[in-house]
Amino acid sequence: MVEEVVKLNNVWVQYDGTPVLEDINLSIRNDDFLGLIGPNGGGKTTLLKLMLGLVAPSRGEVTILGENPERGRKRIGYVPQHSLFDRDFPINVLEVVLTGRLSRTRPFRRYSKADRDAAVEALRAVEMLAFKKRQIGMLSGGQQQRVFVARALVSEPSLLLLDEPMSSVDTPMQAEFYELLEQLKQHMPIVLVSHDISAVSVYVNKIACLNRKLYYHESKELTPEDLEAAYHCPIQMIAHGIPHRVLKEHINE
Amino acid sequence: MIDALLHYQFMQNAFVAGILAAIACGIIGTYVVVKRMVSISGGISHASFGGIGIGYYLAQYISWMTPVYGALIFTPLAALGMGMFVKRTHIAEDTAIGIIWAVGMALGLTFIGLTPGYTPDLFSYLFGNILIVTPSDLITMAILDAIIIVFVLALYKELLAISFDQEFGTALGLPTQRLYLTLLCLIALTVVLLMRFVGIILIIALLTIPTATARQHTHSLKKMMWLSILFGMASVIGGLRLSYDINIRTGSGAMIILFSAAIFAVSTVLTRFRHKKHSYTETPAAE
Repeated sequence: MVEEVVKLNNVWVQYDGTPVLEDINLSIRNDDFLGLIGPNGGGKTTLLKLMLGLVAPSRGEVTILGENPERGRKRIGYVPQHSLFDRDFPINVLEVVLTGRLSRTRPFRRYSKADRDAAVEALRAVEMLAFKKRQIGMLSGGQQQRVFVARALVSEPSLLLLDEPMSSVDTPMQAEFYELLEQLKQHMPIVLVSHDISAVSVYVNKIACLNRKLYYHESKELTPEDLEAAYHCPIQMIAHGIPHRVLKEHINE
Repeated sequence: MIDALLHYQFMQNAFVAGILAAIACGIIGTYVVVKRMVSISGGISHASFGGIGIGYYLAQYISWMTPVYGALIFTPLAALGMGMFVKRTHIAEDTAIGIIWAVGMALGLTFIGLTPGYTPDLFSYLFGNILIVTPSDLITMAILDAIIIVFVLALYKELLAISFDQEFGTALGLPTQRLYLTLLCLIALTVVLLMRFVGIILIIALLTIPTATARQHTHSLKKMMWLSILFGMASVIGGLRLSYDINIRTGSGAMIILFSAAIFAVSTVLTRFRHKKHSYTETPAAE
């Protein structure tokens, strides 16, 4: 059954009076794998934070699974952008994944058997179960990113948000990581934020471009005008073969 | 020293105080080190001098007031104030630390100056003197230890999560700001607990050195706490013994810290040696 998981209605966001997002209208359905591209500072992370209720809209309405973001975010799995991360931090893989269950526990209690089972299941899903006792910093960037996906999955979410997950993954490992997302999209809608347009376009089934305004046609195609408007300069696209084109085929060029 | 320990009440008090201090330092120092809160802890510990001065001043009017109680009330408030100040304004954390650090000390000096009569032994607050610890100090220390332990037991999962990744904690809906402020208050309590003992200037050492040593030997937060407590106790006992043997008149705080630094140095050398030995054989095999 197709249902709407995210609905943004005329949403505006301002930081200190400067508009960061302008009049955003977006609907994400439960079979979407949406690639969100756009230049740095274009508001991609802010859009995710809107859905998570971490940023309040100055105008407009955000609905997550029919509820406001503060309530709806419990059903969102979030993989934040990890540029700063203390590699020496004394925590192992299993402990990292368990923190994803914190919204279901209370102070004073230990993690329950159900929490631990869910963590093991999530690690199995990302093929990192063998590393559960490893200190997180000892893993490669790609492996760490899998663990963070497991941490997002452990709360059994109805929507998965990933913010630039490839930034810390070595290029050879990226294809493998996309394969993982490919599997996950069978079970839940995914929003993938990236600045790597060509790579994203291979895997997602819808693509949107954000630079303060959202350019989105509920499809996998963006017009050259969209991209030019968003990036303020003509963009040269390298598409991976015809079936994965982002831009329409240009007849007269 | 064993003789002195058996025969002199003040040595017994010093010994117990050292053990109680090591417990708080091991637990809270672990958070201070892994969450990179060393500077803010330095700010809090120096700001506590304001509380000492206020307590000393108010003791003229309020019978139960002492400098330590003054610090016990003032220091958590200063820590909370700083935490909220940084959150609500656009002032950088290290700037706020610089301000509270100096303003706290200035407040302390001012109130001590305003108090008529004999000026107290400032030196013992700044650099500590474990040998003047009284039985009532021990009770205060034990209560503060108990408070710290209860909080950390209650919030262990949550504090681990926000120490590792505050942003993710917020996304989960955890009250990250309140947890952070709780942590600042626990640091403030630890500072008060330690002030008679190593003095507010040297506190930062006991919050960092035992944990830094422990960190070289484990990748588990829980084990790091236990090891920090052990290294802290070793530092206290070793330092006490040294200051007793050499008979240093400027208090035992300095000796305790130098002793803990010596343990850290030995540990660092051993760790490097161990890493060199294993670096060729380490394979990233799965379990």
